[in-house]
Amino acid sequence: MSVLKVTKDNYFDVKNSDKTVLLDFYADWCGPCRMVGPIVDEIAEENPDILVGKVNVDEQQELASAFGVMSIPTLVVLRNGEVVTKSMGAKPKAQIMAMLES
Amino acid sequence: MKHIYDMIIIGGGPAGYTAALYSSRAGFDTLVLERMSVGGQMTLTDVIDNYPGFPQGVDGFTLSMNMQQGAERFGATTMYDEVVSVDLNSEVKEIETAMSGTLYARTVVIASGANPRELGLVNEQELLGSGIHYCAHCDGRFYKDKVAVVVGGGNSAVSDALYLSHLCKKVYLVHRRDVLKATKIYHDPVMKAENIEFCYNCVVSKVESDNGKVSSVSLIDVKTNEKREISCDGVFISIGRKPATDFLNDQLELDRNGYIVADESTKTSIDGVFAVGDVRTKVLRQVVTAVSDGAVAAHFAEEYLSQ
Repeated sequence: MSVLKVTKDNYFDVKNSDKTVLLDFYADWCGPCRMVGPIVDEIAEENPDILVGKVNVDEQQELASAFGVMSIPTLVVLRNGEVVTKSMGAKPKAQIMAMLES
Repeated sequence: MKHIYDMIIIGGGPAGYTAALYSSRAGFDTLVLERMSVGGQMTLTDVIDNYPGFPQGVDGFTLSMNMQQGAERFGATTMYDEVVSVDLNSEVKEIETAMSGTLYARTVVIASGANPRELGLVNEQELLGSGIHYCAHCDGRFYKDKVAVVVGGGNSAVSDALYLSHLCKKVYLVHRRDVLKATKIYHDPVMKAENIEFCYNCVVSKVESDNGKVSSVSLIDVKTNEKREISCDGVFISIGRKPATDFLNDQLELDRNGYIVADESTKTSIDGVFAVGDVRTKVLRQVVTAVSDGAVAAHFAEEYLSQ
């Protein structure tokens, strides 16, 4: 599945999704975000059972501050609308997959 | 049947992809293992001004992609996976990965680079991303009109302080010596910035937090033992790098700072194993010296393979 661009307008649907949700808080100008971006894309492609969304922190400041994002990239896993894991910094694919499985 | 590569390169930064370019161009079966994304520390830099051939400078991301494509043009391949452990002592070397099982190669080039060095405070991990940061260019914008403390006195610390001074209300630069280590080109602008205060001869002894967010740092003057507390919102640590050698499990000789011991030939303490770029003991860690290592390693690997 393709990656969903998450905004404060569609966030409600994301939060209420039956699927496990992976959110990538990023900015275009951030090096480590550009590192992790393609990995997140790949996870979305390979795992149709996971809802993968990206939040541009420059455009979606309210969402970023609602999640207490002070560092990017920040990856958040949601299940049934609740934050299961939150992790700061770029991570290799295996570690992100482990976050999703925990 | 198991596939045995002529060369496996651990790390897809400038040193790794230069080794890959030379090795694949010489006709060797070459694989680059990259844990995250190509480029390594280059991608964390906004503009690289000191890599020759780019009169306007070049951004680290573009340069990384170009280096990868250059090597892949001659048949080198990239696998995105993390190296968990290695066995370098036998003739066919074994590399254990997180997702792709065991890989085999006749020569191994260690190009795993370095990561930011931590201060070693008890609550450093806990406050990571909520007030303690290692990348000012990434996280500085969250501290607009706030107070930031930069720890370090080298080029990256000083350039971080300068970058933050444009965003933050006030920046403290904490350095354990009485003079900056940064090269002269940085001194003028940082001295002229009105909102940067220098705390020389000081080390951070403690970072206090309030409600999970950084609230202050405690400094100790190493000459007078005087203590000082600074209220702040963020701490940016820039005290150098730590070589990424954990996966080696003591199989190669390291120097006392953890860098792999190898001279300009890039040959390590094990035949057929080479160390290139920032992970090797060397005087100057730059993109230009990393690519040079990559070429030298491929040269000696070729010599080793044809024995």
